[in-house]
Amino acid sequence: MIGLDVLYVLAGLLFAIYAVATLTDATNPKRFTSAAFWGLFATSFLAGSYLPDVVNGLILVGMALLAGFNLLGRGEHPQPVDKPVRAARWGNRLFIPALIPPVVTLLGTLTLKGVTVGGQPLVDPKQVTLISLGAGIVLATLVALVMFRASPAGATREGRRLMESVGWAGLLPQALAALGAVFAAGHVGDVIGDLATTWLPLGTPLAAVCAYTLGMALFTAIMGNAFAAFPVMTAAIGLPIVVGRFGGDPAIMGAIGMLSGFCGTLTTPMAANFNIVPAALLDLTDRYGVIKAQLPTALLLLLANTVLMYALVYRF
Amino acid sequence: MWVLLGVGVVVAGFAARLNPLLIVAAAAIVTGIAAGLDLVATLAILGKAFRDNRYISVVWLILPLIGLLEREGLQERAKALIGRLKSATAGRLLLIYMVIRQGTAAIGLTSLGGHAQMVRPLIAPMAEAAAEAGDPDLTPASRDRVKAFAAATDNIGLFFGEDIFIAIASILLIKGFLEENGIVVEPLHLSMWAIPTAVLALVIHGTRLLLLDRRLAREAGR
Repeated sequence: MIGLDVLYVLAGLLFAIYAVATLTDATNPKRFTSAAFWGLFATSFLAGSYLPDVVNGLILVGMALLAGFNLLGRGEHPQPVDKPVRAARWGNRLFIPALIPPVVTLLGTLTLKGVTVGGQPLVDPKQVTLISLGAGIVLATLVALVMFRASPAGATREGRRLMESVGWAGLLPQALAALGAVFAAGHVGDVIGDLATTWLPLGTPLAAVCAYTLGMALFTAIMGNAFAAFPVMTAAIGLPIVVGRFGGDPAIMGAIGMLSGFCGTLTTPMAANFNIVPAALLDLTDRYGVIKAQLPTALLLLLANTVLMYALVYRF
Repeated sequence: MWVLLGVGVVVAGFAARLNPLLIVAAAAIVTGIAAGLDLVATLAILGKAFRDNRYISVVWLILPLIGLLEREGLQERAKALIGRLKSATAGRLLLIYMVIRQGTAAIGLTSLGGHAQMVRPLIAPMAEAAAEAGDPDLTPASRDRVKAFAAATDNIGLFFGEDIFIAIASILLIKGFLEENGIVVEPLHLSMWAIPTAVLALVIHGTRLLLLDRRLAREAGR
């Protein structure tokens, strides 16, 4: 059965190549500490499953210290000057490798779930989408290598160029997920839920709706994830007050409550893969540039969700 | 109550613009200690979750491909396509992308998009090219704003489209949570109530995209 392990080995090997190449890259002013960062990432992918939990924790802390003390550098990666000429030569054929990963992900997700080989499922049924994405990336990279007559070393050099420009932001979403687990172990959510029910005014149907939608957005902004906020806020306010005391409709409460949380996601650096990673990928000067672009939409939509819920939840 | 110190570390850290990875590590250790765990136990919880969530970082496998394509001029090609459309503006282009992103997410195709796969190689350069066509002297600040809007549009289209699909994780989470509390709802019923917000998201963000065009045009006239 093909599981996530295959992807972890691939990613581990790729980061190991980045680490070695960085170590020998004289154009990177911080090449030793940068190589250590990518080397730790590679170790986590290749050996993480076999290392004790504490060691995995130390790997994360080590990477955080390297990034936190600004020890991550970038090498120089000169790009060809004739890119417009190359673009004109390839024309729209250039889009073919770019579209292979999404198309393969889609087809794989739709077809691979039921496929069995010798009574065993071919791919881990719980991970079909990610494994299809991995397969699509591998296939597209092979197509690109043949099409451009590039060498695998050329491909990893290009990959390293982009990975260096993403930098520490590339680890942040995974690190935040780990922080979420520590928050859960410390029952941070329950404490905030208790605080919300104690301090928020919940005496009228309108106040209950406002407390619930705003609470979802705020708590999501703190946790970086609406999925973490939903059970806490819904158990604290949504179910007992909006539905229980004032007789609201649970489906409308749940659906619009979750979407209020998504408004919070748009406002917070804690949702790094949506808000911080693209700022790094797009070379924005302001790390919070994407959040600033989203903020007015998020606030207006939160208001709209509150009005919608109040107008609908007690009516059906 | 002391466990909220960890949340305090997060808020203060981001406000002070410290490195986010450092904030995460510090907040985790503070939360663990405040919850009465020792340092080793805290690191173990952090490390286990870090290992279990490696799948999140697997997306970086795509970078060699994107790099190869960029080397052969993918961004230039995307710009050239837009340059030919005289009526293309950054805002209109992103509005079209928003409709496509929201529409495909609504039928479950959430993987058709994303920042590494779509926005950096295609959507952002196209929006940039459209903005440049309207204003050859585009300021760096405006260029950054257009790129930030490209990323924002991808997020907003995804978030407020996906909940219309009945088998998406968030709908299943709502259904599961309500079921645990003795309330049975149909996924279709949940996704139906995501439609009003989806429409409003398109109206609100779409309006802002067209306002972005007006702002760019005003700057071009100066």
